[in-house]
Amino acid sequence: MHVTHRIVSKRQLSEEVFRMEIEAPYIAQERKAGQFVIVQYDQEYSERIPLTIADADPDRGTITLIFQTVGASTHRLALKEPGDEVIVLGPLGNPTHIENFGWAVCVGGGIGLAPLYPIARALKDAGNRLTVISGARTRDLLIMQEELAAVADEHIVVTDDGSFGRKALVTAPLEELCRRTPPPDIVVAIGPPIMMKFCAQTTRPFGVKTLVSLNTIMIDGTGMCGGCRVTVGDKVKFVCVDGPEFDGHLVDWDNMLSRLGAYRQQEQTAHEQCHLEMQLRTLQEERS
Amino acid sequence: MTHRTDMNMDPASLELAKWRSTPLTPRTRLQIPAQDMPCQDPAVRRANMQEVALGYTPAQAMLEAERCLQCKNAPCIAGCPVRVDIPAFIGKIKEGDFLEAARIIKRTNLLPSICGRVCPQEKQCQEPCTVGKALGGVEKAVQIGRLERFVADYERAQGAVDIPRVPASTGKRVAIVGAGPAGLTCAADVRREGHEVTIFEAFHKVGGVMVYGIPEFRLPKALVAAEAQVLETMGVSFELSFLVGRTRPLLSLLQKDGFDAVFIGTGAGLPKFMDIPGENLVGVFSANEYLTRANLMKAYERGKAGTPIYPSRRVAVLGGGNVAMDAARMALRLGAEEVRVLYRRTRDEMPARAEEVEHAMEEGIIFDFLKSPTRVLGDDTGRVAALEVLSYELGEPDESGRRRPVPIRGSETIIPFDTVIVAIGNESNPLISRTTPELKVDRHGHILVDERQKTSIERVYAGGDIVLGSATVILAMGEGRRAAAAINEILQ
Repeated sequence: MHVTHRIVSKRQLSEEVFRMEIEAPYIAQERKAGQFVIVQYDQEYSERIPLTIADADPDRGTITLIFQTVGASTHRLALKEPGDEVIVLGPLGNPTHIENFGWAVCVGGGIGLAPLYPIARALKDAGNRLTVISGARTRDLLIMQEELAAVADEHIVVTDDGSFGRKALVTAPLEELCRRTPPPDIVVAIGPPIMMKFCAQTTRPFGVKTLVSLNTIMIDGTGMCGGCRVTVGDKVKFVCVDGPEFDGHLVDWDNMLSRLGAYRQQEQTAHEQCHLEMQLRTLQEERS
Repeated sequence: MTHRTDMNMDPASLELAKWRSTPLTPRTRLQIPAQDMPCQDPAVRRANMQEVALGYTPAQAMLEAERCLQCKNAPCIAGCPVRVDIPAFIGKIKEGDFLEAARIIKRTNLLPSICGRVCPQEKQCQEPCTVGKALGGVEKAVQIGRLERFVADYERAQGAVDIPRVPASTGKRVAIVGAGPAGLTCAADVRREGHEVTIFEAFHKVGGVMVYGIPEFRLPKALVAAEAQVLETMGVSFELSFLVGRTRPLLSLLQKDGFDAVFIGTGAGLPKFMDIPGENLVGVFSANEYLTRANLMKAYERGKAGTPIYPSRRVAVLGGGNVAMDAARMALRLGAEEVRVLYRRTRDEMPARAEEVEHAMEEGIIFDFLKSPTRVLGDDTGRVAALEVLSYELGEPDESGRRRPVPIRGSETIIPFDTVIVAIGNESNPLISRTTPELKVDRHGHILVDERQKTSIERVYAGGDIVLGSATVILAMGEGRRAAAAINEILQ
């Protein structure tokens, strides 16, 4: 049965961030900015991990995923090497609606910079004037900087600890941009949920339309489980089939954040277990 | 499978000899009691995932078969959605020719080991059974489902499963979208005519609802894998983790990839919720999500499975169908201390198979009939803490013929729960229709088909729950079979 996809290359971008290029000719051909895939590191026991597509090369028939090792499953995925096979389903979700809005501001935080890049590029290609705000906890976690700088008309970089660019949160420059006259025509914010929540809060008083891309808990990614449901403007939406992008001003952030934490305790246990296994493996390798 | 094959050790063989000591007449046949199927002890099985029902012994099967009157008009056949020749296969069981019995079933039903386990027989073949009518209760009908299961299991245990012959390739190619009951049946029937068949499946395993929904303790996954293996041996190709509509547009299959026909059997796939306050709290799940985590993602194998399952102590399951029973019994097996099924009507109106309700009750699931929640209450961390529940009484019959539940004013009570599983059915999945605007659907999103399962697009057929709404495995198979006949005709 044909099911797997070969990893073509792997690069570690920082201590926690990996970039993988995977053979997936159909997905490379069909995917559009804003879509995601579900990845499994094996067929029997792997969790289904939703990851946004950072880039694709239809000629080579490959897609590029950039992910952070936040839990046991992403750790196991990071252990895979070029030549290994993984399971990939996609492209999932609705593509970003791209048009010439005028002035577009793209805000990316940490790993969110990866999915932000194809959207930024598509907005630029559609004729928008493009400002990019890149933010991360620290310098090492700033990714896709060359690519983003190449498409942005204006590129603002901030870090929480000031190790690179301005020492600030992304919301500080975002607010300054909103105060300009005229303000941005559209803001796209992708990053940790808490960052997206505060970006939406920042733009709300200025009435600047703000799209966010939600990365909720999901299993199948095709509408079947409903685990990804969020409340958007008093309506229940499924991130996998109705999203992943929504109007940030309408998302019920507190509910979304609490749903994201549904399995926190089990995730922590699994994560610790995974680290123990990795340490054990390193010890065994050293001995042999 | 624990068939006791030594006939002499089986008390049923003494019974059988006793009944057969004088020639059996219709009158004496009616006196043979319906044979119960041996099951795991409820106290043991509620803590394991192994199959609950253990199946008949050969002597039990023959004794049960002797109850059949071989009616000339065979009302049972009319009750079967795929028209299995029931009297003929039961006749072969009487003779002890179990393999021939299996062959007779397989002329019209490709998946007897599955249907014998999951069909609602008491509403289909066993409902009009003359024996049941004569004895005044459908539960006393000939146990056709158990006999079907017996012969299918016997055939496999003997290693005698015959693979349908496939003639030389016609060079025609058929794409099947969805590897559930409808798709697998359609694939087999089309392949038998010599056409090349590729099945596209969104999940990473074959079987659809039979692997993500129906639990191991009711339908062992090895059986589903064995059926998929038969198709592979017949030369059917599988493309897993391939979502037609997203990975590849539906029409590209016909226009670019060289397929001559497409069958859509994508199933029911958008869970319904109650639409009551608090339903998005942490701890409220659709039965689809809960069961998929537990079954397909194997969350019950803790320590091995990457997919977590919610730690539940007090579970409420909302609904009265098979899926509700599966979810309730799964929650129990995953360690819940108390599981209650809340159903708006009474036991008589429950759509679940009678056997599943019985099994659930034996295992200690508590049924709160005539009750339905009005609100989910949360704690200060956004997790489920309780349900507010309203009581009902039965009023006049509604359009479905069932007595309509009428709420009793002011009867709200609060019951503490930490988990709520919603099992009230599915709406149709919008993925294929949204990405294929040419495909006509009704206002519920079900694909519109003609009497031969053809959709609004030439060479595209559909069947199963994506057409019917939430139905059963056997009805989906019937539709897959009808579509296959139509496809075979246009490819001639």
